[in-house]
Amino acid sequence: MPAHDVLIIGAGLAGQRAALAAAEAGASVAIMSKVHPVRSHSVAAAGGINAAIAIDDDWTEHAYDTVKGSDYLGDQDAIEIMCSEAPGEAMHLEHMGVTFHRNEKGELDLRAFGGASKKRTAYVADITGQAILHVLYEQLMRYHESVDRYEEWFATSLIVDAGGHCAGAVARDVRTGAMEIFDAKSVILASGGNGQCYKPTTNALICTGDGIAQAYRVGAPIMDMEMVQYHPTTLAENGFLITEGARGEGAHLLNSEGRRFMEDYAPSKMELASRDVVSRAEQTEINEGRGVGADGQGIYLDITVVARKRVLEALREIVNIGRDFAGTDITREPIMIRPGQHYIMGGVKTDVDGQTPITGLYAAGEVACVSVHGGNRLGANSLLDTLIFGRRSGEHAAARGKELPMPHAPVSRLREDAERIEAIIAREHGGRRISEIKDELGTTMNEFVAVYREEDGLQKAHEIVHRLKEEAEAAYVDDRGTVFNQDVLGAIELGYMLDCAEASVVAAIERKESRGAQFRIDYPERNDEEWLKHIDITRGPDGEPEISYSPVTITKWQPEVRKY
Amino acid sequence: MAEFTLRLRRYDPESGDAPYWEEHTVDLEPHRSVLEAILQAKARFDGSIGIRCSCRAAICGSCGVRINGTPDLACHTHLDKAQRHSRDGVIEVEPMGNMPVIKDLIVDMEAVHWKKIRRVTPWLIAKQPVPEREYIVPRETMVDVTQSMACIQCGACVSDCLAMEVDPDFIGPAALAKAYRFVGDPRDDQPYERLKDLAEDPHGIYDCTHCFMCIDACPKDVAPMSQIMRLRRRAGSDYGIEDRNNGERHEQAFVTLVRKYGLLDEAELVPRSYGGDSPLSKFKPSVQKELASSLPSIAKALLRRKVTPAKVLKPHRLAKRDLQQIRRIYEEVEGHPERLELNLYITGYDEDEVVTP
Repeated sequence: MPAHDVLIIGAGLAGQRAALAAAEAGASVAIMSKVHPVRSHSVAAAGGINAAIAIDDDWTEHAYDTVKGSDYLGDQDAIEIMCSEAPGEAMHLEHMGVTFHRNEKGELDLRAFGGASKKRTAYVADITGQAILHVLYEQLMRYHESVDRYEEWFATSLIVDAGGHCAGAVARDVRTGAMEIFDAKSVILASGGNGQCYKPTTNALICTGDGIAQAYRVGAPIMDMEMVQYHPTTLAENGFLITEGARGEGAHLLNSEGRRFMEDYAPSKMELASRDVVSRAEQTEINEGRGVGADGQGIYLDITVVARKRVLEALREIVNIGRDFAGTDITREPIMIRPGQHYIMGGVKTDVDGQTPITGLYAAGEVACVSVHGGNRLGANSLLDTLIFGRRSGEHAAARGKELPMPHAPVSRLREDAERIEAIIAREHGGRRISEIKDELGTTMNEFVAVYREEDGLQKAHEIVHRLKEEAEAAYVDDRGTVFNQDVLGAIELGYMLDCAEASVVAAIERKESRGAQFRIDYPERNDEEWLKHIDITRGPDGEPEISYSPVTITKWQPEVRKY
Repeated sequence: MAEFTLRLRRYDPESGDAPYWEEHTVDLEPHRSVLEAILQAKARFDGSIGIRCSCRAAICGSCGVRINGTPDLACHTHLDKAQRHSRDGVIEVEPMGNMPVIKDLIVDMEAVHWKKIRRVTPWLIAKQPVPEREYIVPRETMVDVTQSMACIQCGACVSDCLAMEVDPDFIGPAALAKAYRFVGDPRDDQPYERLKDLAEDPHGIYDCTHCFMCIDACPKDVAPMSQIMRLRRRAGSDYGIEDRNNGERHEQAFVTLVRKYGLLDEAELVPRSYGGDSPLSKFKPSVQKELASSLPSIAKALLRRKVTPAKVLKPHRLAKRDLQQIRRIYEEVEGHPERLELNLYITGYDEDEVVTP
């Protein structure tokens, strides 16, 4: 039975960074992921990573931009840590081998990004996430003696001992179907967000909120779940991501009149206002009949204004995406986009070392909510978040484990999970297919818990999610095998997604104001007096979500009117 | 909407049965992907169909398969195109080659692909001392290695590598492209050691047979074979690494003979590869020893009439006009003040971006 000082679940940027940090601190480390680490969704992060490394930049400006971007819901102590440690982290990546683009002097080149007062986004063409993820994996291969990799292992539940401490996890080897208990002094969740609750979404099929739901089910609070980011530029047809780097390089947004409508909404930052602002502007244009395309549901992103050579060098991936998935040569014609679900600011509530209120349980990256993004995340801050808080979690867990004995979970825990899986496989045919339930969840969330929200729609979404939860209990699977039974894992993932979706809906109903990504048509103003606070959701004894609040930490920056 | 029929290669390792074909018909628009079609079949008809997939947008590298016999990402292939290229209107999808099948369309990447990646010391050996800030390096070098950095480790090139089919120990296109990412990185401290290692390994850079399959297969324009050729040029021309497998000399002999005759002179190629690029090399005792040990293959070549005794004495030669054209190619390539890099990130993308001298 594997036993480690630190067990990390999820092997994207946060997980791999945590593994390297914990191993460097001398801990025995296991990193587990339901997919091969380089398939993790961090691979899709395109535009870059923010760090105040330019001579004329300062981390406090980065922090202010982040606070303002968060619509003052971000915790400023955490934001200060993230932004002040960013330059060091960027240099660390550079030294490990990330092939950041250079300027003519051979120094790191920086590009403009949304909501930023300066150029501070380091990048590798528009495959920055992929480049960093692959370099971290190079390091994992290098340190294979100190980090055990469990690739294609699916965590089925977290183990919490009688004293309420997290003491490991139960997992299933996807390839063989074998179940195993992983004892660990600390567990770091780094398993990403829950974008699959939405349809369409920019998120990969694996982004099913596993870690958020696993933590929630063992009693950890989840926070800011109503804050769901819609990215301003996703392909109109299928929701694929077109990097913000395009606008960073100078691309325009145009409505059906061919006008750069952002001048009406954010006259000084234009297309580079923060994402919630741009997405709302686009949705308003569409709702008021100035959308483009056959159904008027799109907006044009015009990249032809950027020099073609520059596009081919620095935005090559979206050239490919335009060509392969929209039949458009973006260097010669505008491409049709619209706002689409992209990121969840909320997640498992943690402190600045990644610790959740459950001792021994940490979370980092999109699965977590520190909260550095508050109501709205700035582009290129997510890679930074994963790396800074991944590293801090890894370091903290390694240090904490030094004085602790190795826990040993009873084998009955393994049997419980194995029986649960067998029960799913044994379900009788009848009821609905898992894919149908998932589809209905996705379209429901995208209709009612989107850019614009209001009470009736949210209540309707709440009812539907409730019904889907019941239906999911009886949904059947076709695959009765053990080797790569993706069907049964899909059933478990559906349960995770429904927990996450329920929390988002409940929190969106609760927050009766408009802030960041939460825009309530029925409460269109920000209300600092009543709502400058986080909404925490915990699972009650009856399995229903319970709401509480926690204060927003303010250090230097008092809330101001937010204009771009 | 249109109907498309898929013929999927199924294999259930637990059944004890051999692999079999299974057909499913789905409704999708023609520009949708083969992956979407498979996922629809999985959602509507049979949840047990096994395929790795995640991002759906050709960036995670999970869904490498063979479609109508050709490797690609399932998410990166349009249904209409796949149907046009099919034998009988039914789109055939099967697991990638050169790797063992685990279930249905899922292959064991670990046993082949990742093992080979680990063979090339796949991490930066940073130059010392490490600077406080970034390494200052020429802008172009980082753009250059971006092409091999763009590899998503999907295994499509490995699937159809002909050299690997013959020599399963060949390090292969993906891992060698990965090696270029370090050799081409000015921050790496050991490009010479890396190149020497990969040149001297009999399954290394000179094991590639220039078949272009990997360039065709790669969905991300990494052009692994080009990266292998660049490794060879750096090893041979820049570092003067002469490998024990005669790879470097073999290449030199090729270049010289084609320049001289316009065509390859097989009888001359072998001794030059063994003993150096000179007509006298066949008289070296060491070469004669090697030639003697090659007698079985030479006999085979004779039997198959690849070489005839007459041609050994009098090599075939192109007509003068044709030979002049061949030599013009040499002049063109060698006339560049700088070496033409086989890298589309630097030399452009399509017709109006290609750098013309």
